[in-house]
Amino acid sequence: MGDWMTVTDPGLSSESKTISQYTSETKMSPSSLYSQQVLCSSIPLSKNVHSFFSAFCTEDNIEQSISYLDQELTTFGFPSLYEESKGKETKRELNIVAVLNCMNELLVLQRKNLLAQENVETQNLKLGSDMDHLQSCYSKLKEQLETSRREMIGLQERDRQLQCKNRNLHQLLKNEKDEVQKLQNIIASRATQYNHDMKRKEREYNKLKERLHQLVMNKKDKKIAMDILNYVGRADGKRGSWRTGKTEARNEDEMYKILLNDYEYRQKQILMENAELKKVLQQMKKEMISLLSPQKKKPRERVDDSTGTVISDVEEDAGELSRESMWDLSCETVREQLTNSIRKQWRILKSHVEKLDNQVSKVHLEGFNDEDVISRQDHEQETEKLELEIQQCKEMIKTQQQLLQQLATAYDDDTTSLLRDCYLLEEKERLKEEWSLFKEQKKNFERERRSFTEAAIRLGLERKAFEEERASWLKQQFLNMTTFDHQNSENVKLFSAFSGSSDWDNLIVHSRQPQKKPHSVSNGSPVCMSKLTKSLPASPSTSDFCQTRSCISEHSSINVLNITAEEIKPNQVGGECTNQKWSVASRPGSQEGCYSGCSLSYTNSHVEKDDLP
Amino acid sequence: MNFSEVFKLSSLLCKFSPDGKYLASCVQYRLVVRDVNTLQILQLYTCLDQIQHIEWSADSLFILCAMYKRGLVQVWSLEQPEWHCKIDEGSAGLVASCWSPDGRHILNTTEFHLRITVWSLCTKSVSYIKYPKACLQGITFTRDGRYMALAERRDCKDYVSIFVCSDWQLLRHFDTDTQDLTGIEWAPNGCVLAVWDTCLEYKILLYSLDGRLLSTYSAYEWSLGIKSVAWSPSSQFLAVGSYDGKVRILNHVTWKMITEFGHPAAINDPKIVVYKEAEKSPQLGLGCLSFPPPRAGAGPLPSSESKYEIASVPVSLQTLKPVTDRANPKIGIGMLAFSPDSYFLATRNDNIPNAVWVWDIQKLRLFAVLEQLSPVRAFQWDPQQPRLAICTGGSRLYLWSPAGCMSVQVPGEGKHIPEATDVAALLCAVWHHTG
Repeated sequence: MGDWMTVTDPGLSSESKTISQYTSETKMSPSSLYSQQVLCSSIPLSKNVHSFFSAFCTEDNIEQSISYLDQELTTFGFPSLYEESKGKETKRELNIVAVLNCMNELLVLQRKNLLAQENVETQNLKLGSDMDHLQSCYSKLKEQLETSRREMIGLQERDRQLQCKNRNLHQLLKNEKDEVQKLQNIIASRATQYNHDMKRKEREYNKLKERLHQLVMNKKDKKIAMDILNYVGRADGKRGSWRTGKTEARNEDEMYKILLNDYEYRQKQILMENAELKKVLQQMKKEMISLLSPQKKKPRERVDDSTGTVISDVEEDAGELSRESMWDLSCETVREQLTNSIRKQWRILKSHVEKLDNQVSKVHLEGFNDEDVISRQDHEQETEKLELEIQQCKEMIKTQQQLLQQLATAYDDDTTSLLRDCYLLEEKERLKEEWSLFKEQKKNFERERRSFTEAAIRLGLERKAFEEERASWLKQQFLNMTTFDHQNSENVKLFSAFSGSSDWDNLIVHSRQPQKKPHSVSNGSPVCMSKLTKSLPASPSTSDFCQTRSCISEHSSINVLNITAEEIKPNQVGGECTNQKWSVASRPGSQEGCYSGCSLSYTNSHVEKDDLP
Repeated sequence: MNFSEVFKLSSLLCKFSPDGKYLASCVQYRLVVRDVNTLQILQLYTCLDQIQHIEWSADSLFILCAMYKRGLVQVWSLEQPEWHCKIDEGSAGLVASCWSPDGRHILNTTEFHLRITVWSLCTKSVSYIKYPKACLQGITFTRDGRYMALAERRDCKDYVSIFVCSDWQLLRHFDTDTQDLTGIEWAPNGCVLAVWDTCLEYKILLYSLDGRLLSTYSAYEWSLGIKSVAWSPSSQFLAVGSYDGKVRILNHVTWKMITEFGHPAAINDPKIVVYKEAEKSPQLGLGCLSFPPPRAGAGPLPSSESKYEIASVPVSLQTLKPVTDRANPKIGIGMLAFSPDSYFLATRNDNIPNAVWVWDIQKLRLFAVLEQLSPVRAFQWDPQQPRLAICTGGSRLYLWSPAGCMSVQVPGEGKHIPEATDVAALLCAVWHHTG
């Protein structure tokens, strides 16, 4: 087995294993030695396998090997290789069809197995790569986990340290607090002690002082004296008064007077201040009312009636107040009312201002959101439009330039010179000349046309005659061909009607023949147009030119319409075309169209020329 | 600005009369009175000893000359040169002497603050006030001169007595809730008395004229407290400068703090103009600002190298490291002065001694900072307009007004301006006179 494993490539090992299992289960064949190798013939045949295979069956053991194979195949569920024996005696013969079928099936199986194997291999590879990936992921995650764990540990450590620090600091703080407390206590105790000492010392001092006083003062010190030349009068000129109870009372009075004066003064000041403030308050209130009253309607309509009613209440109050306040400014109730009303109004004002602020901010926001966008859109649209216009203008200019160049190059120097100095007068003259030329040509054409018409009339007459002839001939034929029944008569009627109509058509043609006259002109006009366009200068004067052409084209269109179908069929396309073109060209102001019209008409005219008989 | 020739002075005694007409100066034991306009000597008085203190009476009629060593006070009359008056305090000694606002009484404080003797020039009467408190500012008169408040100490308790100045009658006597009263000050309207406690405690009490306690204010505890107090001329604000380097402004209605002005060493607000004195820096003179004040005299500016320049805003001022283990540390707001129109407040933080801060009271914010080269000794507002004069002890005088500031060289070679207050007083009087 082990040897086997080395021979087969690793991808097959599993299969070979299963097979070997099989073989081990199955009964050992006579050539059990080779059995495994035989089985492995279902596996892609390597050279050495081949060699084994060739060694499996020799000339001697064909029967054996066949029987062995049969046995094996039957165990695998294949039909027997031998033909069904008719009798026991008769030797069973090898059924080649069965063998071939078996072979085929085996091959199919082999292919299937190969496919499966491939699939399995790819899957295996995939799984292997997946595995690798997962493993790498796993390792990465592991690393991450490790690092985060380390980090966590670090953080925990730091946290611990900080907590430690914190505790220490707390301890320190506590200590400091204690210290402070202690120091304060010490200070307090020292202060008390100091005070005590001070008091003691002071007492002593006082005693000494007293004693000194007694010593110094009580002994009649002669020295203590005032030596004065003469007494001076008092500053106020009054004489000194004796000290009596009266003076005492007077002094008291005076003192109180002074105090009273001071208080009065202060009160006055306060009153004045109060009055000022009240004035300000009143003014403020008035202004507020005036400010709020125009808005009174709005909030009523807008938000809710509460504010409105409040305002109205306030106004009423204010009205009363203003009257009352005239009577008594400092009345307490009035003051209360006043302050209340002011407060109310202030609240309203505040809310209003807030609302306004909100609105403003909203507007701002909206402005930022919508207006900006709109404006941007507008802007973009506008720019797009403008760009488009510019593009159009550029194109126009380009085409104009191209046309001009074409004209300049294609036509003679006359036109180029004319292009260069496009004076109206010269153009006019030139046009006149051309006009005369054109007229001449027209005359010629008319002459031609007359001849044409005459020919046409002739032709028409001839045609009529021919038609009549044909009709009669057809009638004749019909009469001859069909029996006289009702239907036929109807048919005849129809036909006659049809023929009649044709006649009528012809009649119309006849009647309109004089009008056909311009048709020839129309036919001829593109030619002359082409001639005109040849000398057409790129100047505003082309517009009136266009007008003339449009006139002509109108004529031609009318003619075109009037001409019978058969007659102008070849021309009709061209005519219509020109008609379209001319209508475009006749649009005043649109030079581009005019030019294109010109160019197109030019080409058309060529076509028409070709079409012309 | 004009400068006269230099007068001889001794012990920095030089005072203008309140009406601005006379100038009294002392040389040793002689008192010289001059006319302000002509500077001619009007009177010359000779005292018994070296004069240590002089004071004009409120009506500019008398001058008091105190000779503390001998316990003597001599009074001279301007109207009657031959009139004389000599008060001898005898063995009780003398530590302070002052006029009462009416100009007819003299209050002498004896040694050890045993008593205050009130001598009258009108009558021969003498009054004694016992137990005056030995403190920084123990006597204060109302601006109209009607009442005098006196801090007293009896039995380890502080009291305030209010006297009527016309007859020295005790009007009110009340104890104050203070540990150790340090100062008292009447509001300019004469109706409120501010009483503040020792620097060990931040406490300021406000008493009405009739002795009622109006309010008490204390910003913090357990730290050095109030260092200086100033009323605004309108009596509307009370500025309290404390050792924490802040000025707190109290209002007169609720007596609560309106605002708090800190005095940081670094100034970051770009709105604040910082004037920095620069010496001998012509090349730096580009940013210098020496607007001559509108009413500066015709005298040409001396060729001074000292100029102000506007410092670009993040400015850090020079600070002193206070010695904390000594008494009276150099920290806190030591000087406060409202401009006469109450629009500005000038302050000095003692640990930034070179800088003067000018605050806008209307807007309650810092307006300008002036940084000098040497420590500011004193400043004084012009009584007529918002103009501040600053002395640093050098030979220069610095002037600030909302329009700008300038430095003026005071003539007198090598002679330092003796005492800032005198110069300020001089300026004051000059302004008073010209204005």
